[in-house]
Amino acid sequence: MHELALADAVMKAALRAAEDAGMDRVERLVVKVGELQQIEKDLFEFSLTSVLSSQDQRLADASFQVTEERVRFGCNACGREYGRNDISLDDSDQGEAIHFIPELSHAFARCPDCGSPDFEILAGRGITLERIEGTGDG
Amino acid sequence: MGDALDPRPFAIEQRLAGVRRVIGVSGSKGGIGKSVIASTLALALADQDRRVGLFDLDFTSPSDHVVLGVDRSFPAEEFGIDPHVAHGIHLMSVAFFAGDAAVPLRGAATTSALLELLAITRWGDLDVLLLDMPPGLGDTSLDVINLLPRLEFLLVGNESRVVIESVRRAAALLTELNVPTVGILENMRRGDGEAIRALAEGVAMPYLAAIPFDSALEAALGDVELLRKTDVYRSLARLAESF
Repeated sequence: MHELALADAVMKAALRAAEDAGMDRVERLVVKVGELQQIEKDLFEFSLTSVLSSQDQRLADASFQVTEERVRFGCNACGREYGRNDISLDDSDQGEAIHFIPELSHAFARCPDCGSPDFEILAGRGITLERIEGTGDG
Repeated sequence: MGDALDPRPFAIEQRLAGVRRVIGVSGSKGGIGKSVIASTLALALADQDRRVGLFDLDFTSPSDHVVLGVDRSFPAEEFGIDPHVAHGIHLMSVAFFAGDAAVPLRGAATTSALLELLAITRWGDLDVLLLDMPPGLGDTSLDVINLLPRLEFLLVGNESRVVIESVRRAAALLTELNVPTVGILENMRRGDGEAIRALAEGVAMPYLAAIPFDSALEAALGDVELLRKTDVYRSLARLAESF
C-alpha cells in the first residue's frame, strides 16, 4: 500500500519542521487528508503509526490527528465550483488512478456544467502536514 | 511551524538514494526524437547489463511505453509503487494509470503529479535513471532542476536552424544555472552535422554522437527485437558504453 510511502514523507516533513522550530520532542502531528485521493483516515493513522518506529527519536512519542477535507474543484472554463458528488467516474480503475495520482482527475472528471477538464483542485487534493506540536528550546 | 507543509518533496532524496546518475534527456522543440532516444538509450544500457530506469515525464503525451512495446497496467503497490520492469528497464509512466484517456494538465497540476510520482516510486538501485523530458524549458524542466540536485542533462538536437536556435538557448540557461550537461546529441542526421558540432563548440559542451536518420525506425517502434537492429540503436549502444 503506497500510503506507507506518503506517511513516511509526512514524518520527514515533520522532522524538518521540528528542526526549523528548534523542537527536541514532537508531541503531535496534525495531518489533513484530502477526499480526492481516497485515503481513509483510519488507514492513514495506521500508516503513520507503522512508519513511526523507523523515524528520528524526536518523533518517537508523537501522536497523530488526521482530519479530512472535502474536495472542491473550480472550473477554469465557466467558473463553476463543484465537489466529488458532482462528478462521475466510469469504473474503479479511474478511481484507482486518481488514488495514486490525484491529478489524473483531469483525465476522467469533467465540469458538471460545461464539460471541461480544465479545472483547479481548490481543496481536498491529498496529504498535507498542517502543523506539529512539541517542546524544545526553540 | 508556519504554513502547512506538502510532505512529498521531503521523500524524494531517499527515493533516489540508490540511483547513481539522473540524466534528463531534453530538447527544446517537440518532434526531435527525445522519447525514441531516451527509450532506446535505456534499452542499450540494459542490454549492457546496466541497471537502468526510465521515467516518462511527458505527462500529457507519454510514449516511452509505445517505443518499448510495454503494456499499460497499474504498477505493483507496496511501500510505494514499483516501476514496471520490461527488457531490463525499470519504467514509470502516467500511461500506466491513465489508460487511453488524454491527460490535460496545466503547469501546477503537472508539478503536483511529478511530486507525487517522485515521492512514491521505488526505483531501487540503479546505475542510471533517464528522464524523458517534455519539450522546452517549462514547468517540468524547472521542477526537476529544483527538486533533483544531482540532475544532469543530455540535450538532443538536429541540424534544423529552428532547433539549433532553441538548443543554444537551453544550453545557455543550463550553464547559467550550473546544471551539468552530458553533452549534445545530434538526432536524425541527414547532412554533415557541422551545424551541431559548431553549436556544441560554441556553448562549450561535448558533441556526443550523431544518430543517422533511419527510415526503418518507425516500423521498429514497439518491437525491441526490431529496435535493436536499427542504426539508432547501434549508435546509442556505442554512446551507452561511455556512461
